[in-house]
Amino acid sequence: MAQITLKNLAHSYLAHPRGEQDFALKAMDHVWQDGGAYALLGSSGCGKTTLLNIISGLLRPSQGRVLFGDRDVTDAETAERNIAQVFQFPVVYDTMTLRDNLAFPLRNRGKDTAYIARRVEQIARMIGMEAILDRKARGLTADAKQKISLGRGMVREDVNAILFDEPLTVIDPHMKWELRTQLKRLHREFGHTMIYVTHDQTEALTFADKVVVMYDGRVVQMGTPEELFETPAHTFVGYFIGSPGMNLLPAEIRGNTAHLGGASVPLDAAYGPVPGRAQIGIRPEYAVLTEGDGLPISIRRVEDVGRHRIVRGEVAGHGVNVIAPEGMPIGPALTHVRFTPDRINVYADDWRVAPAKGIR
Amino acid sequence: MEKTLNNKAWFLVLPVLVIVAFSAIVPLMTVVNYAVNDTFGNNEFFWVGLEWFEEMVTSDRLHEALGRQILFSAIILAIEVPLGIYIALNMPKRGFWASLCLVLMALPLLIPFNVVGTIWQIFGRVDIGLLGRYLAEFGFDYNYTNDPLDAWITVIVMDVWHWTSLVALLCYAGLQSIPNAYYQAAKVDQASRWAVFRYIELPKMAGVLLIAVLLRFMDSFMIYTEPFVVTGGGPGNSTTFLSIDLVKMAIGQFDLGPAAAFSIMYFLVILLVSWIFYTVMTNLDKEEGK
Repeated sequence: MAQITLKNLAHSYLAHPRGEQDFALKAMDHVWQDGGAYALLGSSGCGKTTLLNIISGLLRPSQGRVLFGDRDVTDAETAERNIAQVFQFPVVYDTMTLRDNLAFPLRNRGKDTAYIARRVEQIARMIGMEAILDRKARGLTADAKQKISLGRGMVREDVNAILFDEPLTVIDPHMKWELRTQLKRLHREFGHTMIYVTHDQTEALTFADKVVVMYDGRVVQMGTPEELFETPAHTFVGYFIGSPGMNLLPAEIRGNTAHLGGASVPLDAAYGPVPGRAQIGIRPEYAVLTEGDGLPISIRRVEDVGRHRIVRGEVAGHGVNVIAPEGMPIGPALTHVRFTPDRINVYADDWRVAPAKGIR
Repeated sequence: MEKTLNNKAWFLVLPVLVIVAFSAIVPLMTVVNYAVNDTFGNNEFFWVGLEWFEEMVTSDRLHEALGRQILFSAIILAIEVPLGIYIALNMPKRGFWASLCLVLMALPLLIPFNVVGTIWQIFGRVDIGLLGRYLAEFGFDYNYTNDPLDAWITVIVMDVWHWTSLVALLCYAGLQSIPNAYYQAAKVDQASRWAVFRYIELPKMAGVLLIAVLLRFMDSFMIYTEPFVVTGGGPGNSTTFLSIDLVKMAIGQFDLGPAAAFSIMYFLVILLVSWIFYTVMTNLDKEEGK
């Protein structure tokens, strides 16, 4: 096991990239701590799988280095890196029995028979397949096959990291939750570094200690689920995490006030001059409908999702969502919306701006 | 809803029945007619029962031809199947070279059988053939017209040249259907090249491979034109395979009765082997669906 360091890493699928737009993965420096449970979150096509394949050595980066501990493995083969990887669609060896499937990575590394037998039993129990170990893998259902793939990914104890590439896509929701819990338990038990690629925020937030959000070939933020929720470093994080995502409104920031559409919103700290396009971001959870306090809002629609209601409205020509607690009456008297000052984030050209120091 | 039973729909099968009757059953029955009768022309037939069949079953001539036929089919399958797989594995997967390979591979398949025979007949000639002449120059005693071994080698090499592409193309199609993730997983699992072939590529090719083997078996078991053009069944009877022998008997010697009995048995053998292949294939499918 080792810490994985990515140094000035970038990748383009073109042989001669001409500028930044040709890079699937833009230049980045990143460190994956030994033993961490990471989720790599982002929409489809943002470079998650590319990054994963570079770590496992299935892809050689166009530039930069990959380090396991102190060792430079940029040019090392996948087998040499001692990495386990589970793919989006199940990969099983059809003609082998389930037992042989699970034992395959161990046999290839020349482990002794007694150990293999013990380890395979252990993994089989974990994925709940010990009863059918001696049948052939051919003809299993997709989710059973994926469980075998997961088992094969976890069968080696000495791996540097286990990489999961959206492994639960083909599995039905009930089983998804169960497997995710098992992965989490496994992580606590064995302490492998795990990197879990997904575009499902619930999956990411429940699995990982640290969530890495990617957008357009870049890592835009790495943090705990709480950090991603409270202080998104990029408007994409604000919008992607949360349901519905963060409200973003163009504003002019002067000191500790944001001006938008002729009204003003108090902030809880003062900001220096904000360069570029300025926006304020507020989560729907921290917006409150009032009878006159705050900004005027025209309500368009109310959606009841059970545990709360989502109010869709418009402030100064921009869509704003507000989460109203269950039981709160919503009527024509509610004409304004108030944003909780200490929950407002300020963005310049989509990146979060910290308040000026010492004024708070 | 109540289902109404209406057997009139069976009449819709009638046209097919008529076509099949005239294209297959009636001609086949003519052969059966010849096989159980003796005739001296003028459409006069004398019932002989199974006499021709008995004669054929005990005929050394037929046994020898059958032996040669089985040996020939076995040899070309043993060469073409592994060679075809090997070629398919080494063909480029995409891009310009893949297309070029596909076109080049398909070329021998497009040449008419008798033309293939003629090409090799000339190619192997000691006096003017490119191959035969040069082999002679280098001191090889090669002559397919009077050495049975040379004749066999020529006929086999010709068949390999003509048909290996078919096996290769079918295998190539099977290989193309393997998702990349399988190869990636194999890398992660540290599988050897052999293991990748044995556990990923071969199982995915199994279906098309069975079809390839079946096609190559049937074709080689019925081979006529190419060896006939090259060696005419000689030297002696050394390359007289079943079809060649059958034609000699029926048209050369005009022994219509024995030839008819011969063809029926020939037909049944091919039917039997094809049935075995079919059973094996469907059983494999069943296992998959289990």
